[in-house]
Amino acid sequence: MIGYLSSPSGSVFDDVRRMQQELDELFGQFNGLDAIRSLPRSGFPPINVGVTPEQVQVYLFAAGIDPAKLDVSIQQNVLTIAGTRTAQAQEGRKHFRQERFGGEFRRVLTLPEDVDPDRVDAKYRNGVLQVTVARRAAARARKVDIQ
Amino acid sequence: MNTERKDVSRQAADRSVSGAQQSNGEREREVFLRPATDIFEDDEQITLVADMPGVSRERLDVQVDQDTLTLEGRIDIEDVAELQALHADVRARSYRRSFVLSQELDAERIEATLKDGVLNVRIPKRAELRPRRIEVQAR
Repeated sequence: MIGYLSSPSGSVFDDVRRMQQELDELFGQFNGLDAIRSLPRSGFPPINVGVTPEQVQVYLFAAGIDPAKLDVSIQQNVLTIAGTRTAQAQEGRKHFRQERFGGEFRRVLTLPEDVDPDRVDAKYRNGVLQVTVARRAAARARKVDIQ
Repeated sequence: MNTERKDVSRQAADRSVSGAQQSNGEREREVFLRPATDIFEDDEQITLVADMPGVSRERLDVQVDQDTLTLEGRIDIEDVAELQALHADVRARSYRRSFVLSQELDAERIEATLKDGVLNVRIPKRAELRPRRIEVQAR
């Protein structure tokens, strides 16, 4: 019915991307060493984590999820995000592609140790869950005056 | 659908470039994410469902050029000052994917909706080419 520009699923591009991810894992994209609880670069949903001196920002790229069904919890500096995405498969129609994730997911990530688990804020917008965790002031780098 | 194509800038972080018109050559160098897509068909239409988390309606572009359907969208996340990446599964700022449509599809009547980062595109079949079926009414 619909012809595809790229080859059918399991395309060369997917393979290349997977290979690149594995290479990134092998050689470490951000630093040479992996922490014991570090996050592998795979799985649903994709996650980006960024830090500023004041806070840690976690972005979860999870489209089409009812925010009420998302379970976000933090214990000390370990953040867990779990949820379910309902698959759309229905009877009486032909499926040509089913690439989208369906089912339960859970991702656990270790944040910097100075985060304050009492000051967490989460919002879901356009299919992205943004979790903001504040960092403790005492841990921020302070400029030392030289006498 | 909204057309924000001119806004797609090569460097996601470089705000100064956005809004400026760019040549095709520059655009081609941008790395695009390939949205995961489900496609299914019933008697009336083909439905395409694509995950494009982070894309707002203003940043979404669904286009049909002759027989090619192109989905394009830009992740619209507010920038945080001084943000340093610790981990990044998503390493591009824009999605793009194209499909070739077949003759019996009615490109004029494509409908698209976007909710929570999920794009839903319905492509109806031309009425004269649909399987004929006689509705039997109860009552």
